[in-house]
Amino acid sequence: MSVANRPVQRPLSPHLQVYRPQLTSTLSILHRATGIALSVGVLYLAVWVVCASASPDTYAKFQGFNSSIVGRFVLGGWLFCVFYHLFNGIRHLFWDAGYGFELKDAYRSGWIVVVASLVVTAISWIVGLRLI
Amino acid sequence: MNSDLRSPLNRARGLGSAKDGLHHWWAQRLTALALIPLVIWFAISLVMMSGADYGMVRAWIGSPVAMVLLILTIVIGLHHGQLGIQVVIEDYVHREGLKLALIVAVRFIAVFFGLAATVAIMRIGFGG
Repeated sequence: MSVANRPVQRPLSPHLQVYRPQLTSTLSILHRATGIALSVGVLYLAVWVVCASASPDTYAKFQGFNSSIVGRFVLGGWLFCVFYHLFNGIRHLFWDAGYGFELKDAYRSGWIVVVASLVVTAISWIVGLRLI
Repeated sequence: MNSDLRSPLNRARGLGSAKDGLHHWWAQRLTALALIPLVIWFAISLVMMSGADYGMVRAWIGSPVAMVLLILTIVIGLHHGQLGIQVVIEDYVHREGLKLALIVAVRFIAVFFGLAATVAIMRIGFGG
């Protein structure tokens, strides 16, 4: 291979894995991950109402999955995604309006989001499981 | 004069490099704002309905308030989700043809599921 054709070995800019994980970056990634999960979840919601409109048998099959162990975990996890994306989304809307950009504030609001979503998810699990 | 290297016409149109200006960004925020009360209402309803049977679920979906709010939650949720997934695709898929095909597919899926859900909710509500 002639010198001119050889690919140039330029140094690459640092990628994600060289950075120490921080609260802010972790929450940002989690926002996207939960958003993707919720996009699938809203399709599932549409399937739910279609099953409810179809027939008792169809609905029973659908509920069969929901009340299985796997179904419970999926729905319980989905509730966490709902609350996390909701609270962190509100945090994003404040940023969009120009508030909370100081590092101290970004960390404080981040921790508030973490605690709030865990607490509200736990409460909804407890209430939901008691009603079953 | 032209410090940002754009022609005066281009700047007047305000469409930037993405060619659609603020529209995508603004739609994502507006749907987010609308979803705040809707999602809170829906999550509370869902938890309260844990263990509800077929008849109870249908009675709830078919009640006037739930019908309207449920259609709004699903349709606006699908719109918001479609806008978000589009950004994810644009970030990670770099082959132009595939990128466009995926974005179009996600839109079609969102519209199809939104209409199917709306028809189903109305069928339950109007006793079809």
